[in-house]
Amino acid sequence: MSGLGENLPQTAREIWRRAVPVWAALTLLLGLTCGLAFVPLGSGNVMVALFIAVIKALLVAVFFMHLIRPDPLLRLAGAAALLWLLFMFTLTFSDILTRPRPMQPGTVTPRTFDTPAASGVRAF
Amino acid sequence: MSVSGTAEALHEPWRSLRRQREGTSFGTWVFLGSELMMFGGLVLIYAVNRALHPDAFTAGGRETSLIYGTVNTAVLLTSSLTMAVGSEAARAGLRRLALRTLLATIALGCTFLAVKGFEYNEDIAKGMIPGPGFPLEEPAAQIFWALYWIMTALHALHLTVGIGLVSIFTYQYWKLERLHQSPAFEGTALYWHLVDIIWIFLYPLFYLMGRS
Repeated sequence: MSGLGENLPQTAREIWRRAVPVWAALTLLLGLTCGLAFVPLGSGNVMVALFIAVIKALLVAVFFMHLIRPDPLLRLAGAAALLWLLFMFTLTFSDILTRPRPMQPGTVTPRTFDTPAASGVRAF
Repeated sequence: MSVSGTAEALHEPWRSLRRQREGTSFGTWVFLGSELMMFGGLVLIYAVNRALHPDAFTAGGRETSLIYGTVNTAVLLTSSLTMAVGSEAARAGLRRLALRTLLATIALGCTFLAVKGFEYNEDIAKGMIPGPGFPLEEPAAQIFWALYWIMTALHALHLTVGIGLVSIFTYQYWKLERLHQSPAFEGTALYWHLVDIIWIFLYPLFYLMGRS
């Protein structure tokens, strides 16, 4: 049974010693994000909450899901998922945030004005 | 792929236990990628609607139960700790520690579902169900609450599957039907941690909006 991670923790003490600090950091961040939600920061509240969520997710992924171990295959598989998510969010928001006002009603928000009657004249 | 008591944990088509373990982790990560796509799509729906109706989303967010949500987050983070220790203890062959922490993981998972049940009960009593007679004025607050029900229920379903997996593997391990070298513990742990990560994002989206 060679190459089974002989350098990985083998005793209960060592396993707990590696896991508990991560859990403590996660719990601390939970208290922090919960407290900061009550501080009026305007639109900053969402930013702060999501930033803390990203840090917590990274802690879980890197330590609990062992991405800290040098295994390129697993790191690539994890990164690939994030890459597709990044594409999806970027492309969607590059559409949503750049629509000119008049095009907005009737497409993604309820229509608020009447469609002009057909005049028989082509617009283009 | 259960392993009999006498057989080696290593089986076809793997040549070494290390490769078998990496194969399990890789396969699980690919599956987790598809899970991220699914929840990512729902988060995208949330993000777009929040960008279009920011006020309605803060009004909707004010109605969720922050106490239940925060307690459940703490419970789930702790379950990730016991799961991480459990899978590592199994790998290291520390049978007692592995069995205890895996059982604690199952108990914490069930605690999460129980608290979620109390919370759903409160939500239903408040009438937070999108449709006629919805208590909030802003029409788009119903979109927030529709997403709340869909995403938290889908997450609870994933956690239920996780509890089932951990229960089966723990039982087999206790019965000596599964060897401690089995890569199943690590695979299940990866899944459990991803379900935890998804909740880490659901928590600010649904419980921290409109509190200030």
